Amino acid sequence: MGEKVFMQGNEAFAESAIRSGCKFFFGYPITPSSEMPEYYAKRAPEEGLTFIQAETEVAAFNMIAGVAATGKRGMTATSGPGFSLGCEAMSYMSAASLPSVVVDVMRPGPADGEILGSQGDYFQLTKGGGHGDYRTIVLAPYSVQEYADFAPLAFELAEKYLNPVVVASDGTLAKMMENVVLPERSAGPERQPWAVDGAKGREHNDITTCGDGPEQWEAFNLRLQAKYQNIRDNEQRWEEYQTEDADVIIVAFGVYSRVAMAAMKMAREKGLKVGLIRPITLWPFPVKAFENLENKDFFVTELNSGQMVEDVKLAVKDKDRVEFYGRLGGMIPTPVELFNKLCELYMK
Amino acid sequence: MSIVYKRPEVFTDEYMKYCGGCGHGIINKVIGELIEENNWQEKAVFVWPIGCSVYADKYFKVDSICALHGRAPAVATGVKRATPENLVISYQGDGDLVSEGMSEIMHSAIRGEKFTVVFVNNAIYGMTGGQMAPTTLMGQHTTTSPYGRAEEFTGHPVNMAEIIAGIPGCYYSERVTVNTPGNIRKMKAAIKKAFEYQMEGKGLTFVEVVSPCPTGWNMKPVKALEWLSESVISTYPLGVFKDLGKEEK
Repeated sequence: MGEKVFMQGNEAFAESAIRSGCKFFFGYPITPSSEMPEYYAKRAPEEGLTFIQAETEVAAFNMIAGVAATGKRGMTATSGPGFSLGCEAMSYMSAASLPSVVVDVMRPGPADGEILGSQGDYFQLTKGGGHGDYRTIVLAPYSVQEYADFAPLAFELAEKYLNPVVVASDGTLAKMMENVVLPERSAGPERQPWAVDGAKGREHNDITTCGDGPEQWEAFNLRLQAKYQNIRDNEQRWEEYQTEDADVIIVAFGVYSRVAMAAMKMAREKGLKVGLIRPITLWPFPVKAFENLENKDFFVTELNSGQMVEDVKLAVKDKDRVEFYGRLGGMIPTPVELFNKLCELYMK
Repeated sequence: MSIVYKRPEVFTDEYMKYCGGCGHGIINKVIGELIEENNWQEKAVFVWPIGCSVYADKYFKVDSICALHGRAPAVATGVKRATPENLVISYQGDGDLVSEGMSEIMHSAIRGEKFTVVFVNNAIYGMTGGQMAPTTLMGQHTTTSPYGRAEEFTGHPVNMAEIIAGIPGCYYSERVTVNTPGNIRKMKAAIKKAFEYQMEGKGLTFVEVVSPCPTGWNMKPVKALEWLSESVISTYPLGVFKDLGKEEK
């Protein structure tokens, strides 16, 4: 087991990434993600890391693409406005099948917005954001421990499927401090057979993202779609609590699911049969979690105006049994507020 | 019988798509010869961004990656930082480098990134059909400057080799062209010097190649070469703008 420390979310992720053999970090300062570039910059000399403060997020994302193309581990971290700039490169890295890791520390948009916690980037992260038919794996941690655990997991998934992976945290998880067990050190992957690292001892490799006629480009796209289906089949992750006997199941993700958990416990103490589903992969959305849940109501709550709720409605049999409650602008409901909302909706 | 001239073996058998009279084929060939003559086949990594530059991704038997329009210097930064032992070449056109990717090339130079940029300046957007570029000459007619490029609306052409030379992180900057056999030999010497400096671990090396685009210029190839020799290189004078290697000697 690794070392146990008391650490801030962003720093725990950065330290965990370093221990996972991610030696390259390129980023642009933006609240609430800036502790990550700062942490890499500070640790660079002793760990032999390469840190560049990029001129823009556009450049940072493309630099990560360059590192990933050589088969080595690189990452960037940003927040909403920066992720918007990076979406061009997310589309590119998806087409190029580059195994990169990007953290989006969500803050309330649109535009410049605010800097506290939010879940308003759900659509952008899970439905594309950039152009064309592509998907990226999206992991949503709920604790500093899980945030740290997702650094090695993100690289493993990225390299397994040759696809970018996004870790979706938010301003709350980024700044909070908790006990965390850091992962064991790993050197990262061996030389990758597909990488563009100089054609030594093999045929040359070309990573192409340019079509060569509609037939070729359709076949290229179908290969990507087959990969996405494979990911959908094998990588849905979620956690569930007391769903079996529940009349109402709360659905919430990220650190905000802890508020939902507290509201669920309040309801149980009052004898109400309430459960919780916490999606861990936002894409692929864990539709399997909603199979075999007959005759139940679903109470979806998010720190946005209702985004994941659309995926829940697609996953359940009766979308009329799905209710939604959200707060905007960086406001976070208290457990009592959520509990009262639950009673208002279901105790008529 | 002895062989006095041959196609570089580092080329694939792919048919080159370039229009008649285009300069890219000559520049590709010279780079291919340099890779072969210096045994860089296992070290060369090309970054090919969008623009006619990207066609060459099928022409070389060395590692390569396509890049988005303008972003090649950022991709090349990642590749070179991760594999500093390799010969990393960002091969870019003028719409790509001077317009969409101005930020990426400037900041690569500012950071003193240790790769080579071969910048093919034909004063127009070739791939998209002959639109105005920041490098289009004053008065030049293009599909988006149909009445001729006018200062009032578009300012002046941009001289990148001089601008890049003015940045401390740049180690070497030269402008060459492909209009005569003599100038092609000078281009080869310039690109060779840039590659050698890169392999010595020097800062950004930048070779601007003024190149004809008969299709984009709406001219026959011979006329395009005449116009290049008469007009284009008076806006883009040939020469070495920075050579820190020479100063060190």
